[in-house]
Amino acid sequence: MNKKYGFTSVLLLVFILTFSLISGCKSGKKPPQEGEEAKVPENVAEIKQDIDKANKIFRALPSPLESAKLIQTAGAQFKADLLNPVSKQNSYVTNKALALNLGVYTCDLSFASLYEQTQLLIDYMNAAKKMADGLGILDAIQQDDIDKLEENINNSEVIMEVVSQTFMNSNSSLEEEGRTATAATVLLGGWIEGLYISTQLVDMKDFNGNKLVDRIIDQKLSIDILLDLLNTNKGNPSIDELILQVQKLKTVFDKIKLSSTPIKTEYDQASNTTLLKSEVSTNMTPDTFIELSRTVAEIRNSFVN
Amino acid sequence: MRLTRTLPILAFLLFAFSLSINAQCKQFAKKECLPQLEKYTHDGNYHAAVLVEGEEAELYKTFYSDMEYRVAIVGESTLPAVEFKVMDINKNVLYSSKEHNNATTWDFKLQSSQQLKIVVKVSSFNKPGDTPASGCVAIMFGFKVKK
Repeated sequence: MNKKYGFTSVLLLVFILTFSLISGCKSGKKPPQEGEEAKVPENVAEIKQDIDKANKIFRALPSPLESAKLIQTAGAQFKADLLNPVSKQNSYVTNKALALNLGVYTCDLSFASLYEQTQLLIDYMNAAKKMADGLGILDAIQQDDIDKLEENINNSEVIMEVVSQTFMNSNSSLEEEGRTATAATVLLGGWIEGLYISTQLVDMKDFNGNKLVDRIIDQKLSIDILLDLLNTNKGNPSIDELILQVQKLKTVFDKIKLSSTPIKTEYDQASNTTLLKSEVSTNMTPDTFIELSRTVAEIRNSFVN
Repeated sequence: MRLTRTLPILAFLLFAFSLSINAQCKQFAKKECLPQLEKYTHDGNYHAAVLVEGEEAELYKTFYSDMEYRVAIVGESTLPAVEFKVMDINKNVLYSSKEHNNATTWDFKLQSSQQLKIVVKVSSFNKPGDTPASGCVAIMFGFKVKK
């Protein structure tokens, strides 16, 4: 009898959950029609209280693709020896190393794709796939994606689309599985790799007025977003170590002064685009840049070695 | 004894339920929000969550002076209007979708790189007593090199 009752309970649960699944994201009700009497659920005040408390916060770092595009737009040249060699891919076995190097390899493959380094792109896509598979996010980069790249190797639009899609698949899979610490680690790996490549590409003889230096200074705007992102997973030993490393980097960024005039908007009807007008003044000495560059290299090397 | 057998099954089902909701959000983001970026290249970042009417979400991101951006914010059809505001770090409102007929996209470029805050709010059906509607809201960014 007990056994039967237990089975019935489970069946009931399955029914309730199946019903909820069918409703899924579409659980919202349409507004009641006029004259229709609104039902008052007993717990409605409690629900409203929860709504007031709820406040989802997203923190977005420049994606590897955006970082690579910023480097390219600043007029930097491609240097393959700055990328993390794919030969190292088998040495990453821990969850932390796999996540960091998924970010690193994704940034490297974005960089290779923008500079039309086709063979490198395929190699780095395979390396990123290995990291994603190791993390158990098998649908992040599929063989079909690599085949699509090979078939469209001269079509930059398709390449960018595949690169963007694979990155989205990785971070959305981790988010949907509730693996927020791993997702943040992947983002950190990609961001540090972009910063590492940028700092290494700056020629100190051409420091003043260098557009790439300006883009590096801009990363000061993202360091607090990054720390907030990591802090939401504080208490996780791997994340705590990373926070210490990023805090060290922040102390160097704090030496750079960055101030902006208030932003004014200017709408251009012809392009349907709004220009956000503001003047920014910064000061980064060559010494601070060298310190920043060394700190970034130290962190990046701890990720890849 | 019955409880010890039932609990793991219940935990598993709840886990599966949560995965399913998130997977639906991912599909919704890909199907409904991504196409709104049109000629802009999607940056690859994923931001989507289930929100209930009246709820707010915030997003912080740095935007660069070399790029032109499109932000696309789309909520499921079961939700009332989803409004968004773009603000600077001093909370000055630079754009409000409410003033543009609840537009789902906004195109902009910057003279200087800036960190901006995007506040998304699901409005309310204003029917007290009814169970609040819920649904996925996706936020995506596309970029292209500034001309």
